[in-house]
Amino acid sequence: MHDIAKQALNAALLEGVEYADARVVEQRQRALSTKNGAVAQVSSEESFGAGIRVLAGGCWGFASTHDLRKEGLEKAGRLAVEIARASCEARKLPVELAPEPAVQVVWSSPCNIDPFTISVETQVALLLEVDGELRREKGVTLAETSMVFDRTRQVFVSSEGSSIDQTRTWSGAGYTAHSFGEQEIQRRSYPNSFGGQYQLKGWELVQELRLKDHAAGVASEAVALHSADACPEMTGNLILDSSQLGLQIHESVGHPIELDRVLGSEANYAGMSFLTLDQLNKLRYGSEIVNVVCDARAEHGPGLGTFAFDDEGVEAQRVEIIRDGQFRGYMSSRETARAIGETRSNGTMRAAGWNRLPLIRMTNVSLEPGGQSLEEVFGGVDHAIYMETNKSWSIDDKRYNFQFGCEIAWEIRNGKRVRMLKNPTYSGITTEFWNACQAIAGREHWVLWGVPNCGKGQPEQTMGTGHGASPARFAGVKIGGGFQE
Amino acid sequence: MDCELLPRAQCRETMEQAQAEARAHGVKDVEVLMLAGAEALTRFANNTIHQNVAERTRHVSVRCQENNRTARATTNRTDAESIRRATRQAIAILRVQQADEKLPPMARPDKVVPVARWYSGTAGCAPMKRALLVKEVIQLCEEAGLTVAGIVSTEETVEALLNSEGVFCYHPETMATFSITAMAADSSGWAKSSSTDLEKLDVAALAKRAAGKAVSSGNPRELAPGRYTVILEPPAVLDLVGQIFGDFSGTALEDKRSFLTDRLGEKLFGENITIRDDVFHPLQAGAPFDGEGVGRQGLSLVQSGVAGEVAWCRAAAARNGRQPTGHGFPLPNSIGEMPQNLAIEGGGSSLDEMIRSTKRGILVTRLWYIREVDPYTKLMTGMTRDGTFLIEDGEVRGGLRNFRFNQSVVELLGNVEMLGPALRTSGEETFDMVVPAMKVREFQFSEVTRF
Repeated sequence: MHDIAKQALNAALLEGVEYADARVVEQRQRALSTKNGAVAQVSSEESFGAGIRVLAGGCWGFASTHDLRKEGLEKAGRLAVEIARASCEARKLPVELAPEPAVQVVWSSPCNIDPFTISVETQVALLLEVDGELRREKGVTLAETSMVFDRTRQVFVSSEGSSIDQTRTWSGAGYTAHSFGEQEIQRRSYPNSFGGQYQLKGWELVQELRLKDHAAGVASEAVALHSADACPEMTGNLILDSSQLGLQIHESVGHPIELDRVLGSEANYAGMSFLTLDQLNKLRYGSEIVNVVCDARAEHGPGLGTFAFDDEGVEAQRVEIIRDGQFRGYMSSRETARAIGETRSNGTMRAAGWNRLPLIRMTNVSLEPGGQSLEEVFGGVDHAIYMETNKSWSIDDKRYNFQFGCEIAWEIRNGKRVRMLKNPTYSGITTEFWNACQAIAGREHWVLWGVPNCGKGQPEQTMGTGHGASPARFAGVKIGGGFQE
Repeated sequence: MDCELLPRAQCRETMEQAQAEARAHGVKDVEVLMLAGAEALTRFANNTIHQNVAERTRHVSVRCQENNRTARATTNRTDAESIRRATRQAIAILRVQQADEKLPPMARPDKVVPVARWYSGTAGCAPMKRALLVKEVIQLCEEAGLTVAGIVSTEETVEALLNSEGVFCYHPETMATFSITAMAADSSGWAKSSSTDLEKLDVAALAKRAAGKAVSSGNPRELAPGRYTVILEPPAVLDLVGQIFGDFSGTALEDKRSFLTDRLGEKLFGENITIRDDVFHPLQAGAPFDGEGVGRQGLSLVQSGVAGEVAWCRAAAARNGRQPTGHGFPLPNSIGEMPQNLAIEGGGSSLDEMIRSTKRGILVTRLWYIREVDPYTKLMTGMTRDGTFLIEDGEVRGGLRNFRFNQSVVELLGNVEMLGPALRTSGEETFDMVVPAMKVREFQFSEVTRF
């Protein structure tokens, strides 16, 4: 792969090229799923290709190819340069990059048990066992289980002399019980919706999730939701489980801090951000107990946003985003860091494969654990609504107004669950919501969740991101508005 | 036609390699799905080209079947050894599975009517041509004092499907897309269009439309949320109503995850709602065959408000005593099928007529971040974006701050008062369809945002 990467880089180093990098990526994935007692899908996929990025005349060009023969790489290199020169037709200012030292690195993510060494037979048998357990509950009309395993090796080389060889292995697993009845469809998932939990781990993740142990409870709740009361429409205290809070962080902190959005690069598609440059170090984003970091380092945990170097050769970093409620930082690239006068990128450029251009993407954007016990989070107020597991999510294109729906909720009185509630939703304005954060549970309840399906860019790129959170309580939240008549 | 990107002879050669390897392992049922693409996209923002990319891709996916078991392995390496390895992987995976007695045998050749959707001017579009189109629209909007962002993309794809029963389906296609967001100090406007033929995209007209919306929605007022008469332009109709068509599926009915469960044959929508799926519609795109090589048939999904036909893949059709309709996804999969060439019948009302007939209402350019809140009522939430206007006494009175909506699509299609002509329409929340503008009463806006 190193030889191919060097050939690709050399193919782009034509006259007038100011900078070039090449990524050669080899990806292997296995996906398995069951539905109502039968195997729905078992498939294996591999992908191998090269992406070449050049800066010529102060403009970017990018070309990618699956043809890794010398002539295929040379053709892609020439095309990348041709594209960069065409870009100059509509150039305002030349692109400048924040400096970055050249490095030589080989890195692999920890993987205790290689998931590709576990037989398909074993993996399918486990899923079918869980599937059977879900369907033992009368009233479950659809049981779905799934696993996915991915190993991606990438060799990055640049005209500045970097050579970075990284291998990341991640796994995912989970299931959902659906129940149709009385003109209504309800569902419960474990350990999360979107196919479950995803982390930068091997088969050990599946073992840790203890999938079978939770199936009966999940199936029972899916059916019980039909006879639960509807979540009331009210303004009051809201407690979120850590998985829903992870998605709340993703949508209302992670996306707005992307500096390319702030500077307008995504205006035509994903949108912009309310976090204009004048807000930095001035905006009170949240209450004093709210601390958020963006951390791609292995020390943060095995998140889908954990790596050693980003896809333009910048080392993984920990960036303060919100400290004691104050807004402190954006996620940046070499180009955007330079554009706002920073001396270095904070290393968040990621590409969804060899055929995509790196963009600023979330790494692991996490809410630090709080100082409260779980009992204090639930029992610190007389009355609250506790919501678990995301069902729907929506936020405006500047990331102010959001609405989330969850699979299930519970009415809490004096710290105790008093009744199950169905169809819960809540909504708000980002900064008002985070400023209403009153209690965050401690490290022992903190989970680093994987979001596998974050979309951004044109052409669209789907990326995995990590979000750590403990259950937390918010005051004065608008609850139940999604179902108002 | 035979497309250089993926020649027919290469498809046959790959099939022979996969078949030979499968036979050597005692497997005779083999299917090969091949996809080839050459795509390029020029992206602009802040009145400059900031991202400009091209990609060339190839996928070979081999599915083997034996004793009621099937599995798939996919590679993008096209050398003979990689094809043989993918075939061996598919066989290895299928042999550790339990048998599915209901798995249909490999499809036999079906009547597939070819449809010509490949244009040399789109396939051969050079980077400089895209850059000059961008330069033209930037200049146009700069003259109006606006900041613009958007894309011009051109792509060429070939999809081929062959199997050991003699199926050989082959479909080349091109697609060009242009979208633009024009921004003023406190407002924005948007327009988007796509066509298999780049020459049919009028980028200057689209830029003028976006610029006009940005200027006329400036200094937006805030209106209290509530139920309003709305006029949804075609992209708003597409992105909202387009969310329901995955439910017009036989497998979704079997799984009881469709809002049509226990409702087929009922009059769910207004008398003025008729929806068809038709791959041969002149404004449509896509291959005339499905993921198993069955020819796509037309479906009358909704006739005068009554939910009628749904799509059936071969397996679901066999389980339910139906005929397959040519809408199945490649096997194995869990969702079965869905219609993908949708056309909502239009009416004779122009947008101006809809506005003139409205005492008080809201004109919506597009909707954004639409998600399902309730699967059986098809209650959806999302936001307005890039051009939301107040209408009073038959005239557009100016821009409004954007709303969040919580609206049942089933209810919406029962409240349509006027329909515009059906147009090929592009949005960002679902795939392109042929849809009209709609004037709808009692549309539910639940909140207002800050801009």
